[in-house]
Amino acid sequence: MQVTAELTPLLAVADLFPRGVLPYAIGGLLVGLGASIIYLSTGVIAGASTFLESTLSYVSDIDRFNRFTYLQSRGWRFAFTAGIVSGAAVWGLVLDPGIWTTEVQWWRLLGGGFLVGIGTRLGKGCTSGHGVCGVGSLSNTSIVNVATFMAFAIGTAQVVAALGVSP
Amino acid sequence: MSTTERSPLFLPAIYLGGLVFGLGLAISGMARPEVVLDFLQFQDFGLLFVMGGAAVVTGITFFVATTFLDRAPITGDEYKRRVKSFDRNVVIGGSIFGVGWGLSGICPGAAYASFGVGNYPILWAIAGMFLGAYAQGYWRSSRADDSASQSAERPSSQD
Repeated sequence: MQVTAELTPLLAVADLFPRGVLPYAIGGLLVGLGASIIYLSTGVIAGASTFLESTLSYVSDIDRFNRFTYLQSRGWRFAFTAGIVSGAAVWGLVLDPGIWTTEVQWWRLLGGGFLVGIGTRLGKGCTSGHGVCGVGSLSNTSIVNVATFMAFAIGTAQVVAALGVSP
Repeated sequence: MSTTERSPLFLPAIYLGGLVFGLGLAISGMARPEVVLDFLQFQDFGLLFVMGGAAVVTGITFFVATTFLDRAPITGDEYKRRVKSFDRNVVIGGSIFGVGWGLSGICPGAAYASFGVGNYPILWAIAGMFLGAYAQGYWRSSRADDSASQSAERPSSQD
């Protein structure tokens, strides 16, 4: 009985982290390290979602995508995204080989992606620009943005699950 | 970039940083929509360590660079903090992004990483992101054109 009572807090913690915490912490540190390598060497504060608009400037003549800052940065933003894909491929091909594909239904990915595309560009950033770099530099704008998207994401995911959509 | 002549090391440095960034996203599980959805449904709080860990590392880097260091070696640019202005779009955009993230379980950087680990169905999400970015750009540019032509027709009107 006493043993069980002592184990309960540990079990509760394990419930909160069913996959453990190590991969999450290591992954997070590497994400921060990647952003730091770019900042320390070039002074650039990298975000992932501007790539969507700056890349559209190659194929669209809409004013919004052809602003000077996008035309000037679209090359390195492409290199940044190519780096992300390559780094993940190193993991998927070498360090943890094997094909894994998501079970989440296509319409959720497409529809959710569409809203992510609108929202990140309207809101001036995403999980990396606001969430990692903005919060890291204690920007009030970023902290408000992160609190907002977190609240809406939690609400949406819970409602979708409650409606019985899985996965 | 303040100079037109870029160091040949500029793009390799960005690529190398992206590589570490993407490796981290792949290890962290954020490239898997299922892991993100588990977090948002309060079944696995591990993602707090991803965003928290990353923000702590960049926070220390930004602090050290802006306080003690002068200029970035490759570009010669001064180390500056990110200043993004606040307006209502920050909240409106954050809300729309949140609904999309909660529906799909994927955000832009994680989507690129997810493609990198071979999760090809994520192309649905990446296509959606480009369509969404295009839609808002189209809408905002045409609105800007409208208001520009209106003010040209009626220069005295205050909008």
